[in-house]
Amino acid sequence: MRRMSMRILLLLATAVFVVGAAGCGGGDDEGDAGGKTGGTLVYAGASDPVVIDGALVSDGESIRVITQIFETLINLKPGTTELVPGLATEWEVSPDALTYTFALREGVTFHDGTDFNAAAVCFNFDRWYNFKGPLQSPSASYYYSAFFGGFKKNESEDLSDPLYKSCEARNATTAVITLTRPSASLLGALVQQAFSIASPDALKKYDADAGSLDPDTGFKPSGTFGTEHPIGTGPFEFVSWTREDRIVLKRYEDYWGEKAKLDQLIIRPIADNAARLQALQADEIQGYDLVEPQDIPTIEGTDNLKILSRPAFNVAYVTINQAKKPMDNLKVRQAVAYGLDREAVVNNFYGGRGVVAKEMMPPEVEGYADSVTEYAYDPEKAKALLKEAGLTLPVQIEFWYPSDVSRPYMPNPKNNFEAFAASLNKSGFKVTPKTAPWDPDYLGRVDEGNAGDLNLIGWTGDFADADNFIGTFFQDFSPQFGFRNPKLFKLLDDAEIEADRQKRIDMYKEANQLIMEQLPAVPYAHTKPALAFRKDVEGFVPSPTTNELFNTVSIGG
Amino acid sequence: MLRFVVRRLLLLVPILVGLSILVFLWIRALPASPAVSLLGERATPETIRQIERQYGLDKPVYIQYLRYVENVAKGDLGTTIRTRRPVTDELRERFPATIELTIAALLFATLLGIPLGFIAAKRYGTWVDHSSLVLSLLGISIPVFFLAILLKYVFAVQLGLLPTVGRISVLIDLEHPTNFYLLDALIAGDLAAFWDVIKHLILPAIALGSIPLAVTARITRAAVLDVQNEDYVRTARAKGLSPRVVDERHIFRNALLPITTIIGLQTGLLLSGAVLTETVFAFPGMGTWLVEAIRQRDFPVLQGGILFVSLVFVLVNLLVDISYALINPRIRVS
Repeated sequence: MRRMSMRILLLLATAVFVVGAAGCGGGDDEGDAGGKTGGTLVYAGASDPVVIDGALVSDGESIRVITQIFETLINLKPGTTELVPGLATEWEVSPDALTYTFALREGVTFHDGTDFNAAAVCFNFDRWYNFKGPLQSPSASYYYSAFFGGFKKNESEDLSDPLYKSCEARNATTAVITLTRPSASLLGALVQQAFSIASPDALKKYDADAGSLDPDTGFKPSGTFGTEHPIGTGPFEFVSWTREDRIVLKRYEDYWGEKAKLDQLIIRPIADNAARLQALQADEIQGYDLVEPQDIPTIEGTDNLKILSRPAFNVAYVTINQAKKPMDNLKVRQAVAYGLDREAVVNNFYGGRGVVAKEMMPPEVEGYADSVTEYAYDPEKAKALLKEAGLTLPVQIEFWYPSDVSRPYMPNPKNNFEAFAASLNKSGFKVTPKTAPWDPDYLGRVDEGNAGDLNLIGWTGDFADADNFIGTFFQDFSPQFGFRNPKLFKLLDDAEIEADRQKRIDMYKEANQLIMEQLPAVPYAHTKPALAFRKDVEGFVPSPTTNELFNTVSIGG
Repeated sequence: MLRFVVRRLLLLVPILVGLSILVFLWIRALPASPAVSLLGERATPETIRQIERQYGLDKPVYIQYLRYVENVAKGDLGTTIRTRRPVTDELRERFPATIELTIAALLFATLLGIPLGFIAAKRYGTWVDHSSLVLSLLGISIPVFFLAILLKYVFAVQLGLLPTVGRISVLIDLEHPTNFYLLDALIAGDLAAFWDVIKHLILPAIALGSIPLAVTARITRAAVLDVQNEDYVRTARAKGLSPRVVDERHIFRNALLPITTIIGLQTGLLLSGAVLTETVFAFPGMGTWLVEAIRQRDFPVLQGGILFVSLVFVLVNLLVDISYALINPRIRVS
């Protein structure tokens, strides 16, 4: 019997022993990272947050604010997907991948002055596990149930058995989390804001989970934790929230790590892209994200503005729905892959911010295979394959694309579609174009498998784990792809729980090779989304997962 | 008069019931459900089912409707799906914004439009008349969002005189007891904030007011031209009344009738929200609220919002009818 508990390992690479060293920088003194202390930065998001409580949201605008106020046990090293200590300084995983022991950071306080400790960690885990009624809905706790499967008492048959078993506060600085079955992706998942540690006192005092459920109008929260008193341990503390106008945060003076340089951070909602650009030009805001590719030259051409890029952490792909004949034939899917001129699309419509994708996940994520079957644009080969499949040319196919939307991985779907349709038409297909407004019509159709033989869609990762990409797409049957491949399903199931990091990486590599052989979809682009700032805003480190911390940001320096 | 008002108010009941049924059926006939909108790419058939059950969307429509009517009768318009807040709370924030913007736009349109139309009519056929025609054609034909972007580019980006987004500068702290920001600023006795709110209203009001301005100017001109050829105007002139008295008491007052109608109609429309203007100026009013709700299938917002907007529209029309009576004594008699 091996008794040695492995100091794992998984996904954490260099993380194992960085202890408190991470980011214990100089705090208040000026100029340690070049920026000056003080001032207010106004940043524009695309919409108002839903509620400032990580456990109850899944939208990026809420998560941006939550990231500043709350912290998680494990962090991502800024600008990367590498795991580093957060509120936990070290962690051990038992060899059976069932027990996780976290050593917690000392001297950390919540914004209400209470201490952060193991009891607080367990209080939060138990809070999520005990969610009842509407809090179990994916509209609230999507990320919790996406990872932990279910709750103590599941109230819907669509939830699965809970992965979480218990949390024990062994002493003030040691929390032990036990799972019901092995999982190797827990550490990677814990960086998500859904697993932010909030002040237990504040959660109780401000009734974080209170509310009534009306069968017709849904959940009515009655507490004020997530709207007026969100209290965590992060570098910024909450000041006020005026709906549809602004959220004001200020520096938390007792922060354990690198204290915020800004006195104040104000986040305001501006939905319209052109309006965000003009507000930046008029200096009403000093930064925003989701910059449209066509605005980049304007911003780069303005003296006092600049563009930053997030590392690619997404994939744009063409779904092939195998439930529709003849897409169940591998030769036809290969013909589709050879018939898509992916290079032309990426070169022409991504403003130099995209690379042609070879696999269904970005190269930064572990498990990316070194070599997979590649399909360079080749219309003749596509036609030959279709003939081999016994079909008469041209083969009629229905191809869907969304209207009224721009996604980080797909700035202008119509352009992509038109280029693809043209190249497919040259490759022995006859494309029938179909379109619907993105939200929710188009998404609904793709989801239900009602969006033709082919459709344009994509994905932005939540955390750096292959399971969050190919596991989400292909681990089970889904109407979107319409296929059952027991070998692939099993491989992804096994990889998800494999505790040995190297074995796990190899399994995902194998899965990626299998995927590119079987072609349930054709990936075509990874992109680097752009952010715009006033030039004297410094210290902002763009994150692949879009969860940037503003404590290192300075203005006017 | 009182009977007239009461009868009109009673008519509201069937109108609102009919409307509520239509809205209810219409939004449920839209493809896809709010669940997809909430989760985006992350929606799966299971999560969609779960969310639909949570909002009772899996029950028969007539049951959903009866429950809804029951709640509305209790003054409860439900909870929004996206923000999980009471619809009435959001309405209390959004509607004052729209009222402020509407009043600003109407002031711009009428204070400029009526004199413009009046002068054009008095100088019928001259260059003044022609240029007022060109101006109002421009006002009608220039797309609102384009005008808005142009105004912002000139007055905010280039000249730095006015702000481009929002209702108030984010650096100004102001309590919002009424959500009418101008009123809030007065209550707080904060003149700097008051001026800041006005500055935030100027560009949106011009953008939004451009079409009503053009319409008002054209209608005023036509009405004045009509009236000044009436017999009673000739009589008044023949009696030797001064041109000013004739203009004010005989021409203008009679021309006011069609002008009031058109302003009333415009008010009703503006109060239901100005989607384009609100979007471009990030102005949180009724328009963007309802359009977002359509996009996200936020049923409670749509039901409550549309019902409320229709109520306002009908009431404004009633007010217009009452004002006829005040302007024209002949209507009072009948």
